[in-house]
Amino acid sequence: MAQHKASESPHVSTSTYLKVGLVLAVLTALEVAVVYVESLKGIVAFLLLLIGILKFALVAMYFMHLKFDTPVYSRFFMVGLVLALACMLAVMAIMHSDRAATLLLSS
Amino acid sequence: MNHSGHVEYTATGMPNRKLAIWLFLASECMFFGALIATYLIYQGQSLVGPYPEDLFDIPLTTVSTFILLMSSLAMVLAVAAAQKEDLKQTRLWLAVTALMGLTFLGFQAYEYNHFIHAGLTLSVNLFGSTFYVMTGFHGAHVAIGVIWLSSLFAHTFRPVDPKRRALDIEIAGLYWHFVDIVWIVIFTVVYLLGVGG
Amino acid sequence: MATVQESFPTQRAAILPRPKSTTGFWSWVTTVDHKRIGIMYAVTAIFFFLVGGIEALIIRLQLFSPDMNVVSADVFNQLFTMHGTTMVFLAVMPLSAAFFNYLLPLMLGARDVAFPRLNAFSYWLFLFGGIFINTGWFVNAAPAVGWFGYANLTSPAYTPGLATDFWNIGLQILGIGTLVSAFNFIVTIINMRAPGMTLMKMPVFAWTTLVTSFLIIFAFPSVTVGMILLTFDRLFNANFFEVAANADVVLWQHLFWIFGHPEVYILILPAMGIVSEVLPTFARKPLFGYSVMVFSTILIGFLGFAVWSHHMFTVGMGPVVNSIFSLATMAIAIPTGVKIFNWISTLWGGSIRFKAPLLFALGFVWMFMIGGLSGVMHSSAPSNAQQQDTYFVVAHFHYVLIGGAIFALFAGLYYWFPKVTGRLMNEKIGVVNFVLMFIGFNVTFFPMHFLGLMGMPRRIYTYDPALGLQFWNQVSTIGSFILAAGVAVYLYNLAVSLKKGELAGEDPWDARTLEWMLPNPPPVYNFARIPVVSARDEFWARKYEGAPAKEVAAGSEDEEDGIHLPGNSYFPIIMAGMITLFGYGLLYSGALAVAAIILTILSAMGWAFEGVGGTIIYPKGDAE
Repeated sequence: MAQHKASESPHVSTSTYLKVGLVLAVLTALEVAVVYVESLKGIVAFLLLLIGILKFALVAMYFMHLKFDTPVYSRFFMVGLVLALACMLAVMAIMHSDRAATLLLSS
Repeated sequence: MNHSGHVEYTATGMPNRKLAIWLFLASECMFFGALIATYLIYQGQSLVGPYPEDLFDIPLTTVSTFILLMSSLAMVLAVAAAQKEDLKQTRLWLAVTALMGLTFLGFQAYEYNHFIHAGLTLSVNLFGSTFYVMTGFHGAHVAIGVIWLSSLFAHTFRPVDPKRRALDIEIAGLYWHFVDIVWIVIFTVVYLLGVGG
Repeated sequence: MATVQESFPTQRAAILPRPKSTTGFWSWVTTVDHKRIGIMYAVTAIFFFLVGGIEALIIRLQLFSPDMNVVSADVFNQLFTMHGTTMVFLAVMPLSAAFFNYLLPLMLGARDVAFPRLNAFSYWLFLFGGIFINTGWFVNAAPAVGWFGYANLTSPAYTPGLATDFWNIGLQILGIGTLVSAFNFIVTIINMRAPGMTLMKMPVFAWTTLVTSFLIIFAFPSVTVGMILLTFDRLFNANFFEVAANADVVLWQHLFWIFGHPEVYILILPAMGIVSEVLPTFARKPLFGYSVMVFSTILIGFLGFAVWSHHMFTVGMGPVVNSIFSLATMAIAIPTGVKIFNWISTLWGGSIRFKAPLLFALGFVWMFMIGGLSGVMHSSAPSNAQQQDTYFVVAHFHYVLIGGAIFALFAGLYYWFPKVTGRLMNEKIGVVNFVLMFIGFNVTFFPMHFLGLMGMPRRIYTYDPALGLQFWNQVSTIGSFILAAGVAVYLYNLAVSLKKGELAGEDPWDARTLEWMLPNPPPVYNFARIPVVSARDEFWARKYEGAPAKEVAAGSEDEEDGIHLPGNSYFPIIMAGMITLFGYGLLYSGALAVAAIILTILSAMGWAFEGVGGTIIYPKGDAE
């Protein structure tokens, strides 16, 4: 029965897609706005990363169906994502990049 | 006939090609991870200009980012239409997605042209090298996606088992969304954090 | 073999006609059969193994005594570069791939791999990439930057000409093929298992292949990026590794070793898988601690990504970074040690038959252990500082790669030879083969430990007589020729046994896994009816433990008896050829490069529109 589930592509309603699309648009606008607001200068990196991660997650979960599909796909993708993040952040930290410190602190 | 039409039998029920594309995307995380990390490691290390803050035009890039993001919405609508076996809607949204991808590439060409005229070449400094190679490989992925979607569009005029077609389009869609996700990262980390962070 | 054939309906118009021949040259060029592709991998890999071996012999001759002049310093650099590159990418990896190809579908009870045409594509990229890298020898521009190609020795300023480009672009071509085959094998293992074969009922060889393939898909992109950056530096004047533009050359080392360390496990895990199949068969006992074996394989895979900087202890990363990577490296000894104990426990109390495959497998366990122990020695950063870039390191990794990987691959070559050819390898010559290789190997490489600790650096083309290095170098050179004699004996055995070897019959080793349920060699369609698996060593359980001999139709679970054989295709070799042409175009002519890109896209489309095609075959009466 688990086999049946995996072979079927999940059906999500069009209105869900449209809502997600709308949220993505709003988030992008918000992201750009944040950069221009003087009073947010201190936490702008944190806010940008937060919004970026949110956008990333929305596309992956809804448009790429990870929320509805078998978890096997999510697991494989997460392994790649986490390995890439870990290795690359480590390289940046080892190479004394200022960026790495910012990214690490704010995420 | 399990071979010509329906999706093939597998031990887990996951279609072979869909599993393969997910593995490919997992592997691509490492690929783009290394490219973006290279950019970030060399950020602020250029000895001569032009520098990112001289060139980045956030409003312009916001527009192209927005178009690519919305192309993902069009893509998912194409997938949904194909799953409902609605051929007309499938064609419409495939075409819209491919055109939006082309528009994004147009913006990128404009941006490159503008930057080159402002003195940023591949060899002038580290910013030039890292920026062009990173965004160039992303652009190449978009271009391949456009070719892929166009072929699928042409393919809708041939008689194909609808379930198989839906899978074809779903797989292309996964690739397309991934390319979009990569741009979400590049836009945030390279453009916005580059000028604001 | 009474078979009925019916043509498979091609649903799409094709650009090229479908190749029809089933015998002769073109049937091999266009084949998509995993068994044939496996044989082609093996033959090509053994060829490159001999090339790399000859390069090594010349190196040893040059070092026989001080101030020798067998080759010039330049040629010496080319030799050790190409020896390392060839052995890693063109010999050991593809020889493992040969076993993956031939055996996995048989072990899993599958008709073929998940993507037969991609499988052929991988092979052709391997062959063409190998030719590409070796082109340098023929145009007087062999690479001379070491197999790791550290920046900025690879900068145009320090290695002008095309030599470094042949190495750099050739490896990228090989990388595409390796990545594609890794995707293919993961999907095959996850999706193509026979009914009843849960993941924890798979042969360990399938597990090590799975983990190896995952290592490939996560490790290769990193070095690919490094090589792409280098390509842009060399061909388009970018600055990625140009110190004058404030670049940091250590970036290359990170990108390379994030790939390079998992690569070590990519080389050794398949070997461990082979040994884990050979030992139980010849001890007539199940593998000891199967689930621990699986778990430690996965653990080695993960830890393999957390230790790359131990190749860079002397770079100056600081004590904190060095300590972290020291500890992570030492941790890898735990799952590896667990495996060694499991293999020994498998033998314990078994009724052991000392056949040639077992001899090689035993050689593996012992020699790999020595290599592993010297590995733990330089996992400690301070002692590593002493050993870095000396012959001690050369001794270490040859113990792992020859004593480890090569011995295990030879065990596999002897063990599965009857499966592929229907004949047994000559046992007496096999023993001579093993003894010569074992002695030759130890005489060559054990002295290198001493040489390294005496301070002999790697990659020097000669040394001063006053250094006192001559005696052990001479011993080592003599050993290398004994080792070479051992390999020659293998080739002789191969020739003799192919022609006049004793017929193997069915199941010559009283084996345990599914592939031995088939005739030797297996029919083109593999299983006429797919076995339903109920035990870990299914074949053994059926023979001795009364496991039910259930099976299902091969087409699919519920349908007709016909077996779909995918059609042969010209596109894999064409597309691989176009990608290789693009590589040459980058070096010689921009127009050629552009044309090759267009042709690559066109052949990809032709490939897609051609479809799987093929025939449906109805095997009659020769089912087991």
